[in-house]
Formats: sequence, C-alpha cells, structure tokens
Amino acid sequence: MKLKTFAGGIHPPDNKQWSSHKAIEDCPLPAEFVVPLAQHIGAPSVACVEIGQHVAKGQEIGTAKGFVSVPVHAPTSGEVIAIEYRSHPWGPSLPAIVIKSDGDDRWSTELQPADPADLSANDMIERVRQAGVVGMGGAAFPAHVKMSPPPEKKVRTLIFNGVECEPYLTADHRMMLEEPERILQGMALLQSVFGAERVVIGIEANKSDAIALFEKHCLGTAVEVVALKVKYPQGAEKQLIAAVTGKEVPSGGLPMDIGVAVHNVSTAAAVTDAVIHGRPLIERICTVTGPAIREPKNLRIRIGTLLSHLVEVCGGLVEQPGKIVLGGPMMGFTQLGFNAPATKGTSGLLLLRTQDIDPRPEGPCIRCARCVQACPIRIMPTTIAAYARRNLLAEAAEYCAMDCIECGSCSYVCPAAIPLVQSIRYGKAAILAEKRKSS
Amino acid sequence: MLAAILSLGCIGMVAAVALGIAAKKFAVEVDPRELAAMEVLPGANCGACGFPGCAGYAKALVAGTADINQCPPGGAEVVAKLARILGVEASASASEFAVVLCQGDNSKAQLKYHYLGLEDCTAAQRIADGPKVCPGGCLGLGSCQRACPFDAIEMTATGLAVINREKCTGCRKCVAVCPRQVIRMAPSEATVHVLCNSHDKGAVVRKYCQVGCIACHLCQKAAPDAYKIENFLATVVYEHHNEAAVAITKCPTKCIRDFSEGYPDGSALLPAVADKPHAA
Repeated sequence: MKLKTFAGGIHPPDNKQWSSHKAIEDCPLPAEFVVPLAQHIGAPSVACVEIGQHVAKGQEIGTAKGFVSVPVHAPTSGEVIAIEYRSHPWGPSLPAIVIKSDGDDRWSTELQPADPADLSANDMIERVRQAGVVGMGGAAFPAHVKMSPPPEKKVRTLIFNGVECEPYLTADHRMMLEEPERILQGMALLQSVFGAERVVIGIEANKSDAIALFEKHCLGTAVEVVALKVKYPQGAEKQLIAAVTGKEVPSGGLPMDIGVAVHNVSTAAAVTDAVIHGRPLIERICTVTGPAIREPKNLRIRIGTLLSHLVEVCGGLVEQPGKIVLGGPMMGFTQLGFNAPATKGTSGLLLLRTQDIDPRPEGPCIRCARCVQACPIRIMPTTIAAYARRNLLAEAAEYCAMDCIECGSCSYVCPAAIPLVQSIRYGKAAILAEKRKSS
Repeated sequence: MLAAILSLGCIGMVAAVALGIAAKKFAVEVDPRELAAMEVLPGANCGACGFPGCAGYAKALVAGTADINQCPPGGAEVVAKLARILGVEASASASEFAVVLCQGDNSKAQLKYHYLGLEDCTAAQRIADGPKVCPGGCLGLGSCQRACPFDAIEMTATGLAVINREKCTGCRKCVAVCPRQVIRMAPSEATVHVLCNSHDKGAVVRKYCQVGCIACHLCQKAAPDAYKIENFLATVVYEHHNEAAVAITKCPTKCIRDFSEGYPDGSALLPAVADKPHAA
C-alpha cells in the first residue's frame, strides 16, 4: 500500500531506539515545584494565591487573563513559598509560583467528575478551559480556543495527530500503546463537541505496533486509522492535513477555513481527564533521552518539575552535555542549564554530547535549491532568509515569509550551514513588529 | 548612382527632421539636481541605500523621499556634496556623537551561552535575551557597524562596538538598530562617559562583568554635579561634563572613560589630538 504524505520534507535519522521500547514510568515527586505562569501561547495567567498559602493538588493557582489564555494549577499539595522570577524554558526569567510539597499529594475536593452524556458542547469546552488544557504537541496553544470555531466555519473533519515526527521523542508513541482508552474517549468527546463527520487518527508508519493497536480498537467504529509515510515534518498541522485530506490550508488561513481541526493524541487524553474526571492538566508524558543521559526513559511528570530532577531520575549524565534541548532536536528550545521547569508543552528533554552537534561555520549560498525542495510549505527559504537579513521586510513578506512553519528542514539540508530558519524567524518577528507599529 | 545618393539623402533628411521634432516635443524634463546628484554618487549601483541603483537614489533624493546619508560607500564626502546640491543642512553637523555605553567585551563580561547563529544582534537578542549575562551590555555582533553609513564603528576582536569620534556624524542609525539600547547620543564636546548600561545591583554586576558600574556613588562624591545615579547605574550629567573627569581615577571598576585620552581596551582607534567636532 502506498503511504499517504505531503510534498517536500526531509528524512533525519529518527533515533527513537533509545526510548521507544521503554514503558511509561511515574516520575518520583520532587520536593519543590516551579510552576511558570506563562506556559501557553497567549496572555500569561495571573497568580491567585499568596505566599504561605496551602494549596491542594489540582487547585487553580493562576487565573486565565482573557480568552486566549488558560489557568494553571498546583501539581501537588503543599505550600506556596515564593512567587518570583525563575528560569523559564523560553530563555528569559519569567514569573512563576514555587510550591513546596507537603508529601501528601492530596487532590483538591473541588474537582467534580461528570457524565459526558449530561454535558452540552459548551459545558465541555468550559470544563476544558478550566482544566487549563493546551495543545500538547509542543506549541501549547489553548485547546478551548481551537474547540470554539466561529459558527460559519463548520469543522467536518477531525484529525488526531499521533505522528510524532520529531526525532528522539517517543512520548506520544508510548501513550498510544499504553493508554489507548484515554485517547479514544477524548477523541469521542472532541468529535461530539465539533459534530465532525469524519474522524481520522494519523500515525507514522514507524509505529506499526500503535497502528495495529488502534486499528483493532477502531474496528467497527467511524474512526479511520491512517498510516503515514515516515518523513519530517509529517506531524506539522498543515502537512498532516495535506497527507490525510489532500487539501491545502490557504496561505494565512487556519485549518478551520477548510473545515478541518487537528488535535494531538495527548491533548485528547487531557480532554478526557478534564471533561470526565474534572482533573486539570498537571501532568504529561515526557521523553528524557539522548546519548548524554545514562538511562533514557519515558516519564509521567508533573508540570513544574525541574529538569535537574528529571536528569537525576534517569540516572544522571554520562558526560557534560554539549546541548540541552527541550522538545525535539528540530523545533525544540535549547536550554541554558537544568534550572528551568518542565511546562505543559515539554514533550521531551534531549541531551546531546559535544560530538553530536555540528557547529560548522556559515558558508555562501551555492544556489543548490535543496532548501526549496525540502520546504514542506513550498516557499523559498534561501530568498526569504536573504531578504530578512537585509531587513527588506516587504520583499520577504511578498515571498510568503509569514507562511513559514519554522520546521527547520531548510537549515537541516543546507550544505553551506546557513542559519535559514533563524533568519526567517527573525524576519517574521520584524514583519509583525512593523505591522503592530503601523496599526 | 546619383539617384541613389539623392533618394537616400532625402530619406535621411526627413528622418532627421522628424527625430529632431520628436526630441523637442517628447522631451522628458529631468531635474538638474538629479543629474548633479548622479554625478556625485559613486555609481557602483550597489543598492545599499535601498533604492534600485544610484539613479533610483538620486531620483528619491530630489523627490524628498530619501535622506542624504543613505549612501554607505560614498561616506561623509558624498553627504557633504549632496547637501550642497540639494541645499539642505548636512545631518553631519555633529552636535552630537553616538557612544556605546559598554566596555564589557567577551574577555571581561560573562556569556550565558555560546551563540552560533545569525551574525546579528537583534536575532541573537531573541534567543533567551541574548548570549550575554548582562541584560544591557553590547552583544558585539556588529548590527550597528553594518548600519553605519560612515564606517565609523569598529568591532574589536573581543566583541565590542567602538564608535570612532572622528567619523561619527550623529545620524543615529546605530541607535535605532541596537536591540539593547546600549548606544546613546551625547553632546560632542562631552568626552567623559560612564561606559555601562546595566541597571542590576552592584553585587549582581560584579558576578558577570569586571568593568560594570556597581553604583558605589564614589563618582558622585568626587563630582556631585557631574554624575547622577538612577536605578543602580551612574551616568554623566552632560550639562556639567567639564567637571566629570575628576572621578575617573575614583571609579573602582574603571568604567568611567575619557575618550580624549583613549578608546576602550581592544580598540585600534587612537584618540584625536584635540577632540574636535567633526568637520562636515
């Protein structure tokens, strides 16, 4: 059978052998949690507890500010010992609530389970919002916003993303193998919210065990399991849509413009917890992997666990890492150290040795067009990057710089080691700043 | 033979007259200033001004949509000539110079991480607020140098921007492009500056920079009028710049510098004999 896919893309070594066979383990609770108030795309939440206050597990400690924002919750029961600027995975220090665990790990009594049969779509969306659920694939966009498309944009096709195309990461893979019921329940809930006619789960062909398992579970239901070609960035929203439906999201548009919505499989599981059990998003699966860690693992971690604790749990370092990356190697954030906490979007912690990174000096563009061939959205990275570096923003925008999904395929294939994706990112930020200034 | 000469001659005459009339009738009025500007511009058509070649720039100059200081290869000389042609004040009047308020190069100030990406300060600043631990220090990737039309900025080997006071015309392009606002304008006659831009407390500054201002107030004690200290950072009050020099030896971290005596360490620039205002 010919596997479905999109045009362009690259084939990096997937390196999933480090952790793909390891069952999910519960990460032992650390003594202290650092819960950043900004973990999602949109306005950061605002602290609603005081220093010295005792909080229960799952209690709201930061309220959402505005529609595109979600609350944050206490990952365990304990005492708030500080509300201050702490290291954040995004780089700069940002406000965070520090909680000292009391060791009881006692749930808040205010959380109410519910029967989804009694809930309307709006009730479910509200429960998801209150639970602070965000897209768990890495970008951490508030899930309730994605679940509330304007009425004129009807979502007919609902796609679940079990692709996990980033090299090294195996968190979604393990979750699909070990907790398919949680995912399937969430898929059913999301289908009823959207009223979608077609439900698809896309899984990359290198996870044949997950494909077989879901095919078994979905037999006789309306859910289609689609095996996808192993290629990066197969799990990017627009590329997944192209592979599954053959349709293209218009430039500058959203998937809902063509009647499609995409959610990660882990988001579906979080939706189950939120809607049925009333439990907020305080834990997630995170892959700790790479050649510099002694024992790679898939861990169920609480949000706010420091990276240093994760390293400790995984047996410590083999050697001093050359690069610490949160998320996958293609789109993850490089870290300054292990002081930052894991957030809702932390799908992996990757530790590379010095010899694994390749700091070649930049050379001149030889016009080989490999970046153009690799680009999954079919723009011209080399041209846009050149414009962006010369601050010719109007020209960069004309060549569709704003459509770039920053997947990094262009930088990966560039034989001259030109920082293409970084230049385009810089150009995008400058274009947005210019727009804000003029409006 | 004769017939051929006559007929060809007639055709030639008719064509010449027609062309002559057409040239008069359809003549395109060119502003003489545009032609003069074209003469002055280097003619390399490099596009550094942002216009399609020198002709495009000359046209924009006359139309008033471009400034006279946009031709980097031409430098100060071209600016002066263009100013004469267009009858505008040269912006190189240099009542103000730009100063980089930092001397914490990579040998003196600590780095957070080893930056490998795009050689551009704004791009580097976007990654975890820049590779320097100091939140205000010069990143040393040369965005200001590339923005300077007058080749007045030197990047030292250890990553610090130093502005040549003899070449600076006060055009403010470097000020606009710096993502950390470490370049400031100061009156050209003021040669003493506090070369630090960090508002952190003294103990914090000491941890990451050998030459940062620690807000110890010793300069203010030596010359009360010439210094003000706000938010843990001393600055020279330029109205009283004449009195500022006495504090230079008092500063424990040596972050006050008199540019008439020398540029920051690592710079190849030599101090001007008399720190004269730029003659444009």
